[in-house]
Amino acid sequence: MTRKRRRLLLVLACGAGLGSAVALTLSALSADVTFFLLPAAVMAKDPPPSQIFRLGGLVQRGSVVKTEAGGRPLIRFAITDGKAAVPVRFRGVLPDLFREGQGIIALGHLAPGGVFVASEVLAKHDANYMPPAVEAALKKDGLWNPAAGPPPPPATWDTMNPAKPAAKGS
Amino acid sequence: MPRRLQIVAVILYEGFVEFTAPVAEPAPRRVGGRLHRFANPGRFLRLSGRVLPWLAWPGAILTAAGLVWGFAFSPPDWQQGETVRILYVHVPAAWMASAGYAGLAVASLFSLVWRHPLADLAAAEISPVGAGFTALCLVSGSLWGAPEWGTWWVWDARLTSVLVLFFLYLGHVVLVRAFDNPERGYRAGAILALIGAVDLPIIHYSVQWWNTLHQGNSISLIGPSRLYITMLWPLLIASLGFTLVFAAIVTARLRAAVMERRIRALLQSRAEAAEVVA
Repeated sequence: MTRKRRRLLLVLACGAGLGSAVALTLSALSADVTFFLLPAAVMAKDPPPSQIFRLGGLVQRGSVVKTEAGGRPLIRFAITDGKAAVPVRFRGVLPDLFREGQGIIALGHLAPGGVFVASEVLAKHDANYMPPAVEAALKKDGLWNPAAGPPPPPATWDTMNPAKPAAKGS
Repeated sequence: MPRRLQIVAVILYEGFVEFTAPVAEPAPRRVGGRLHRFANPGRFLRLSGRVLPWLAWPGAILTAAGLVWGFAFSPPDWQQGETVRILYVHVPAAWMASAGYAGLAVASLFSLVWRHPLADLAAAEISPVGAGFTALCLVSGSLWGAPEWGTWWVWDARLTSVLVLFFLYLGHVVLVRAFDNPERGYRAGAILALIGAVDLPIIHYSVQWWNTLHQGNSISLIGPSRLYITMLWPLLIASLGFTLVFAAIVTARLRAAVMERRIRALLQSRAEAAEVVA
């Protein structure tokens, strides 16, 4: 075995060892690496009020109630993952992207009544990028009803020409 | 001890001795073979001198074209509005941060296994550039996160793994230059770079393996793009531009390093000759 070959084998052996060690560590720690819990996981775990965690999911449609208390906005809504929903109470300013059906992450704790009291709300956005003209065209052609759910998959619009349906309509 | 374990132990020990053995000065180098053809500094300088303008000019033009198209002529996003334009800087910078580290790891492999002198220099010259692109990715991402997510920074898996990549780059920059004997620095840096390469798949898959605040990947080699076509084009053009600019900066730095090494050797031999005369 030449020295080069031995060095190569050594590097490969160390790489394989390190790779599997990291993979095992990460899979063991995956509960901690996860940035937020979905409502179903929260229901299953039922964390005590002393535990602060992040709750993530979609803002349930029709659940948002905005009021004001003591000069600061008080917002009540529910976060859902389709399997379970957790009611949330938040005092403060919401990010611009907050709306019904939007993915959000709230930091806080589960109060004894089962209401999640949030101290911070972050908005998630998806990896789809669509111009407003395409959004308008999709709605106009009846391909997307915002009240019914998220936009259709990008493959159906990522090369569509929004000028065409408009021309057809006029 | 079982026989197989014994063999593994011997290989590990020999490898340890191999990598940590004191380096003779000047290090003996066997020049020859296909790989070492480019170790000839004269040949490298001639070749790279010819290639450099073909990296630098198209790189600058494509970067400028992609960014101008992205900033001024591409449509806004239906939910993010004009803020989406940060994408045309952030995504190419992020890609170059990872691609640059892959280049660093390959150079380190050649440096460690084949002791290729040009790979030593290449690794030392890639890491500062990669650190710069990673910093650009982190800063632009933070500026994007503030209005859209509502926060400058969170410790989710994607952001954290990219921050680790930034520190790996910085560690490599420092480690390579930390030894009096440059050979030792190259070796230590190569080992660090190869260990750090485990971060690359973590960065890429972090958004799929775990719940993160960062959204998933918009572009994959398989499957349709999740960007509208007039947003995809400027992104791809800017990315190609960033790639060429990265390659041009590294090539220019590598040329400077080779010339520096030549000048140092020349001065040393002159000084030695003067000593002999005196």
